[in-house]
Amino acid sequence: MSSRVEILNDGGYRSDGRKQYELRDIVIDLSQRGTADGSASITHGLTEVLVEVFGPREAKVRAQTMHDRALINVEVNIVPFSTGERRKRSRGDKRILELGSTIKSTFEPVVQTSLYPRSEIDIFVHVLQQDGGLLQASINASTLALISAGIPLHDFVCAVTGGVHSTAPMLDLTTLEENDIPHVTVAVMPKTKKVTLVTMETRLHVDRFGDIFKLACEAGQVIHKEMKRAVSERTQKLVTAMEMGPRVVPSADVGDRDAMIDDLNDY
Amino acid sequence: MVEITIRKRPRTDAVVTQRKFFKKTARGKVIKVIRERYLRNDVSCGIEHCGLCESGSEATLPASGAFDHELYPNGHLIVPDTNVFLSQMDLMESNSFNPHIVLLQTVMEEVRHRSLPLFNRLKGLVKAEDKNIWVFYNEYRSETAVIREEEETPNDRNDRGIRKATAWYNEHLSLARPPIRGKLQPPLPTAILLTDDVANRQKAEKDRIPCISIRRYVEGMKKSGLLLDLLSTAGEEIEPTKAVAARQVLYPAYLPMSTLLAGVKAGQLHQGHFNANQYNYLEGNVPAPAFSKPVLLVGREHMNRAVQGDIVAVEIFPESEWKAPADEVVDQEATLRNDDASDSEEEREDDEALAEQKLLAVEAAKRRAAERQPTGRVVGIIKRNWRSYVHSEARYLNLQYVFTPHRRYVCHIDSTSLTSSNTTSLSQQTVFATPVSRLLPRIRLRTRQAPTLVGQKILVTIDRWLATSRYPEGHFVRALGKVETKEAEQESLLLEFDVPYRPFGKAILDCLPQQGDSWIVPPKSTTSPEWRDREDLRELLICSIDPPGCQDIDDALHARLLPNGNIEAGVHIADVSHFVLPDNPMDHEAAARGTTVYLVDKRIDMLPALLGTNLCSLRPHVERLAFSVIWELTPDAEIVNVRFTKSVIASKEAFTYEAAQLRKDDPNLNDDLTKGIRLLNSLAIKIKAARMAAGALNLASPEVKIQMDSPESSDPIDVEQKELLETNSLVEEFMLLANISVAKKIQETFPQTAVLRRHLPPPKTNFEKLQDILMKRKGMVLDVSSSGALAASLDKCLDPSEPAFNTLVRIMATRCMLSAEYFCSGSVSRDTFGHYGLASPIYTHFTSPIRRYADVLVHRQLSAAISYTTLHPSLHSKSHVERTLDVVNKRHRMAQMAGRASVEFFVGLALKARGEKQTVTEDAFVIRTFRNGLGVFVSKLGIEGLVMFKREIQFDADKYTITVPSDNGDTTISVFDKVTVRIEVEKDANTQRGKVKMTLVNPINSSAL
Repeated sequence: MSSRVEILNDGGYRSDGRKQYELRDIVIDLSQRGTADGSASITHGLTEVLVEVFGPREAKVRAQTMHDRALINVEVNIVPFSTGERRKRSRGDKRILELGSTIKSTFEPVVQTSLYPRSEIDIFVHVLQQDGGLLQASINASTLALISAGIPLHDFVCAVTGGVHSTAPMLDLTTLEENDIPHVTVAVMPKTKKVTLVTMETRLHVDRFGDIFKLACEAGQVIHKEMKRAVSERTQKLVTAMEMGPRVVPSADVGDRDAMIDDLNDY
Repeated sequence: MVEITIRKRPRTDAVVTQRKFFKKTARGKVIKVIRERYLRNDVSCGIEHCGLCESGSEATLPASGAFDHELYPNGHLIVPDTNVFLSQMDLMESNSFNPHIVLLQTVMEEVRHRSLPLFNRLKGLVKAEDKNIWVFYNEYRSETAVIREEEETPNDRNDRGIRKATAWYNEHLSLARPPIRGKLQPPLPTAILLTDDVANRQKAEKDRIPCISIRRYVEGMKKSGLLLDLLSTAGEEIEPTKAVAARQVLYPAYLPMSTLLAGVKAGQLHQGHFNANQYNYLEGNVPAPAFSKPVLLVGREHMNRAVQGDIVAVEIFPESEWKAPADEVVDQEATLRNDDASDSEEEREDDEALAEQKLLAVEAAKRRAAERQPTGRVVGIIKRNWRSYVHSEARYLNLQYVFTPHRRYVCHIDSTSLTSSNTTSLSQQTVFATPVSRLLPRIRLRTRQAPTLVGQKILVTIDRWLATSRYPEGHFVRALGKVETKEAEQESLLLEFDVPYRPFGKAILDCLPQQGDSWIVPPKSTTSPEWRDREDLRELLICSIDPPGCQDIDDALHARLLPNGNIEAGVHIADVSHFVLPDNPMDHEAAARGTTVYLVDKRIDMLPALLGTNLCSLRPHVERLAFSVIWELTPDAEIVNVRFTKSVIASKEAFTYEAAQLRKDDPNLNDDLTKGIRLLNSLAIKIKAARMAAGALNLASPEVKIQMDSPESSDPIDVEQKELLETNSLVEEFMLLANISVAKKIQETFPQTAVLRRHLPPPKTNFEKLQDILMKRKGMVLDVSSSGALAASLDKCLDPSEPAFNTLVRIMATRCMLSAEYFCSGSVSRDTFGHYGLASPIYTHFTSPIRRYADVLVHRQLSAAISYTTLHPSLHSKSHVERTLDVVNKRHRMAQMAGRASVEFFVGLALKARGEKQTVTEDAFVIRTFRNGLGVFVSKLGIEGLVMFKREIQFDADKYTITVPSDNGDTTISVFDKVTVRIEVEKDANTQRGKVKMTLVNPINSSAL
């Protein structure tokens, strides 16, 4: 028998009241954490991921040092209380290692590693709460943390999950939906319109793949806007703080902000 | 491109937008689950021209409401509670009940949780054109969303949500129409909460929300008369009833559901389907896996209100109290003739009930100790067959409810139970309805139209069965028509076997080719889609062989000699999957119908007639699309090679079995077509021999043919047995061969989801009784160790003086077997794939896609297996295939039963017609002996009947004989004896039900006994 919750009902609503093409609420926090060079946390609905970036710094393991570029090291930590069922995962857990290596390979072509030979960039991913779209949230948070650490990137990386319920495509799936329907996670570079990651653990019919893939790429653009807004707001705040004055800074228009971020990204 | 947006959910709203609950897993772990919910303001209220909602054009409810209710002159719309749909679905579905309804999401979900069949009916209702229902997603609208409070039950939460939504509608109606200056404001309509839950109504009244009970609402409607009969009594359970305590309790109360479930789990109680005994209404049994024999339930009290098909929990008595099943025929109508229907006030322990007990006591003394089986009593009911929703706790029992429609029973009104027979009287009275099926008890119902309903077939559902009431209570659904008119009988038959017989809707007919019946295969070209990858077999000498008058020809054959001495044989099946594309309305309808149902005088098609009898039918002399299986066979009928291809064929001739036989046997004809038939025939004989050697069974079923007077009048004049020709077997062999070849192919390609058919070997115990009878009566041995052994020993069951004896044994052996079923190859283990009857390791149905849905699926899979098309995603999904096949299996069974019942009805008509001229006497075989009667089988008519003796007779259960004492010596009759019976059709005076009555003529005249 089918599950007790309807994935998509006749009125076009999903089980949490969203429609097919609506993404969950996104909250981005870019404030400084501890000694990390850059950090960001992002929530997609009830999924919450915190990423800290250290580096570029000298590689801890000498043997791994590369002479022409920097090494990217990703470590994922899923806290035991992140799911309903309390479960401790060891660091050697295969799923966690896989998640880490997926994130690593996603960012390798995006981070301008050749600028920092013989060094290492550490990305620590902490999953605080899970409700579907774990990979998507980890990638988005990593992008933001790298940006906040000031590491030059070719472009943003925006990831989103897309699925299909019989023939109806839908975006940003919750755990409930992920368990029930086939889905893909796509990470896009919104400006260059390149795709750095497509991954799928369920079987998806080949006829449906094209639609969902295109849709996920579109959704990446929407997430990009949101991320960019968060970055520029944060930068605005920092700039205001640096100028140390009671005077009101006229809010820069969008064009200015873009220039500012590009500066930040490209040095 | 679609618009993609981010839905914002303010953190401060977390109280209403987050839901936290704890879930216990099957292993007993408790998990905390948090779900979020996005509340919105764009959920439409569905009211036309609403100023506040952007409802667009779909809105269906007029702003003024409905004016047809006397209590609400200002217009109204109703917001029904869940219990309305759970217990009053018949009312909601009635054509004459169409108020403006706001259906809340809360209600939809509650119905879904309680009962999927009801939910599906509700969904049908929402889509129905004559209904005015708007689904309001109240849980997603920010103003109407409710969150469960501490200490609040889910039920209370839902009730609160429903009340809140009703209140919101009332407010919304006033806001949506702001007053316009200078214009007279039309009165505002009211949204009324419709519920039978008293507590809910009281709370609503406290909050000043208008509410009303269903009965009162219907009473106030302008055309309430008919609708009141449709009201279920079950809904009134919640109402406080007077004088309940005064009534005597007749049945023990059920144990609480949690005790039942715990008991079943612990093995103290046993769970199973309740089967009533059709010969003895005071007895039933429940097959329980813990015992090899079913658990026997004796007496009304121990059956404790169980109705045929209920899933019950039974308690087993200590072994000293075990009993043997009764050998007596006890008829409910004869015993309980004078029971009063309206004595509901004081259900007396009256004479009948006492007589009943006496009967049981007498009977008990006679029960044989040898055949004792576990005996017990029903202590609770886990799932009512007649109630389509499940008790909420029972849902966790992992019961597989595949497809349980709300049962409706075809009944007659018992005319003696009427208190006033004045046809003009519209006063309400309580009457008995006697179901057509002997397995069901009488149903008590209240109606205002009793006098007009006498002599009609009516549809009744059961609502409840209280411990204080001897009979279940039900309500009237619909009248089907006068008894014994063909229309009423036919419809009642279709309803009884749950055959969908509505005409095809517009959406379905829209899926047909646009050219209609002028559609032809386009001329051969590389560009036309029809010709893509199709083989041109138009030149082959293909012919079809079918029964006379066959319109849906789905198979055709050909054979020719190859230069290398081998033979090429081909089976060409109508390419239905070319027209019926997956996942469109026509496909859904075909899947729901599952099969074409053949009644004696009517065919209920699975596919629209345009396809079934024209475009897909392989008619002669026209080009048709086909799916071909082509073998290369050696002259000894061994397969060298097989290939499958889509093709275009042109059949050269459509033969009937007789015509093909004549053509084959005519020595003067030597054309290629005739040679082809002869070639096919010679191969078929060899294939059959090989099959029989492998252990295939040659079974028999009592098939008869009804001779019609003329096609127009469709009055049967006579019944004759079907005759089998060599050509029948020719077609059969090649169809079997095609099915087996296709089954192998699709199983190879799609090991997980191939649609196959299997026939499980019957458990040995099924044959015990038959073996015993054969041994004792005829000294014959039936070896049931394998299908081959059974086939061989059946061949030996011969009585030289009685050629029909062998057929009789075969019929009885067939009844001991299980029925074949469709299954999904990934869901059962590989070693259970076999087909017992055909002795084939693998089998499927490929050859009749026009009339069987499983074949359509097989066509799609085969077509994907030869890379002609891609496989539709639904056929990749095991669960989807399983679900579809469950429906098809059930429909298939029902169709067979409906077909048989239809034959039975027409045999009855024919007998009646014959009986008017002279008395009908036929030879019959005794197949069962009872303490007070005989079960006989009339092979010439294919019917079974009972011969009852009123006088005392001697009965020897161990030897299966009865001895009738008479003045000139005793006469002994035993099982398998040939007797002569007189057959009459007599009308039961009370129920108007035509009944076949048999009396013994030879060896002894029983009419006086």
